Amino acid sequence: METAYLIETVIKIVVILLIFSALAGIGTYFERKVLAFMQRRLGPVNVGPFGLLQVAADGIKLFTKEDIVPTNVVARIFKIAPVITAATAFMAAAAIPFLPSFTLFGYEVHPIVADINIGILYILGIMGVGLYGPLLGGMASANKFSLLSAARGAAVFISYEVVTGLSILAPIMMVGSLSLIDFNEYQAGGFTSWILWSQPVAFLLFWIAAFAETGRTPFHLIANDHEIIDGFGTEYSGMRWGLFFIGEYANMFFISFVISIIFLGGYGDGSFLGAIGLLLKVAFFFFFFLWTRAAWPDVRPDQLMWLCWKVLMPIAVINIVITGIVMM
Amino acid sequence: MFEAIAFYLFAFLTISMFYIAVTTTQALYALSALAAGMIFISAFFFILGADFLGAVQIVVYSGAVMALYAFGMMFFDTTREIKEKQGNKAIILGLSIISAILVVVIVGAPIIGNNITAAYPVTEGAGNVQEVGMVLFTKYLVPFEVAAVMLLVAMIAGIVLAGKKMDLSLTLMSEAEIMMMKEEDKKVHL
Repeated sequence: METAYLIETVIKIVVILLIFSALAGIGTYFERKVLAFMQRRLGPVNVGPFGLLQVAADGIKLFTKEDIVPTNVVARIFKIAPVITAATAFMAAAAIPFLPSFTLFGYEVHPIVADINIGILYILGIMGVGLYGPLLGGMASANKFSLLSAARGAAVFISYEVVTGLSILAPIMMVGSLSLIDFNEYQAGGFTSWILWSQPVAFLLFWIAAFAETGRTPFHLIANDHEIIDGFGTEYSGMRWGLFFIGEYANMFFISFVISIIFLGGYGDGSFLGAIGLLLKVAFFFFFFLWTRAAWPDVRPDQLMWLCWKVLMPIAVINIVITGIVMM
Repeated sequence: MFEAIAFYLFAFLTISMFYIAVTTTQALYALSALAAGMIFISAFFFILGADFLGAVQIVVYSGAVMALYAFGMMFFDTTREIKEKQGNKAIILGLSIISAILVVVIVGAPIIGNNITAAYPVTEGAGNVQEVGMVLFTKYLVPFEVAAVMLLVAMIAGIVLAGKKMDLSLTLMSEAEIMMMKEEDKKVHL
């Protein structure tokens, strides 16, 4: 029993790691294609059919590039920072049920690494730790623009975490559990029982905070594109820079899963159609990340803090109070 | 067996992280080691089955150490070594080891002396969060409320201290307006 469980868990971890690192690569292809479509360009077309092999070309480039550690940086922290971003993104995935449980060769598989009963809290906590990557990378780089980027990272961190936590509290009160599987079962009744209909405000707040959490436009201010450099990533090269990217894209996928499961019914009753539905919802949220990048400008750090602390946080608190009154 | 392996692994990691945090002369090393140590401590909660406390440990301390980083950014160049004024190292080392042993003895003695039983045994069928809630809102209600009031006081004090001219945005003002504001400030101080 013990050994079987151990082997099963290791296999699950390896499968999730492989699938989502590959998806992170393909995610960059989708991003370039979608952005190109919206900006009336072609995007990658030369490498392979429809430019699909561009991902492989980028991978080879990242892996074979010289790994430069500049002279004045704090070397150990500089080296470990990208690993934190990538590792925490995948650690957060441990508590996400990716599909309903299914039977494979007469063996029942639960596609979740660890069904701990505080799943959502664990996921949000670990994703929060992920912002240490940009922060440490920026602070260790001995580069003024990187340091500014790290400062913006700290500002983003203290702003969005309050909104995420408070907005998720109202659905948690309704479900009475922190496990994502319980969230899914609460909404197993189908389309009309989705939490989205009873908690539309919490859904919007959590969605907005998800953009800050993954550092995507309109909150892409950590790596500020307008400075023509890459913020905390300026001094990085090769695969260390690539790890930041893998972490960012994996985070986008995982937060899309979390939103779909909490607010949009997840995989529903656990049938094949439900599983496909979950993947479609995730695809929509991932596409929405790219869509906003093409459609919206970035906000300034002070605007982000104003938005989070003075607008979103009061709304979240009022939402919790109203939910509490209704539930009593 | 896995529990024992995990315990010794994380015990070693936690102690070495805090050792680095205390001994290093590099501010960035110290802060990062502190954050790592705080996060490794959560592993003990997970091993003991207190998942909720483990996650709370991660959430709270990652945010708290983030504030320390912000201070580090403001006060030093974190990429340089810092020369600390240190007295007799032997005395510091000896005193800290003795006090650590004393703490272990003071906490550990009653546990070894008589078989301690849980004052609030685990309720069957109740989850981690529910149990914490039950104890917090019955036995420890008064300390809980006092802590809430203290946090409220700290928050209001923080807002009052930092909140002067919060409705103004320097980025949106023109140079002349900023100069005028500074002049007015000087008059008030005189």
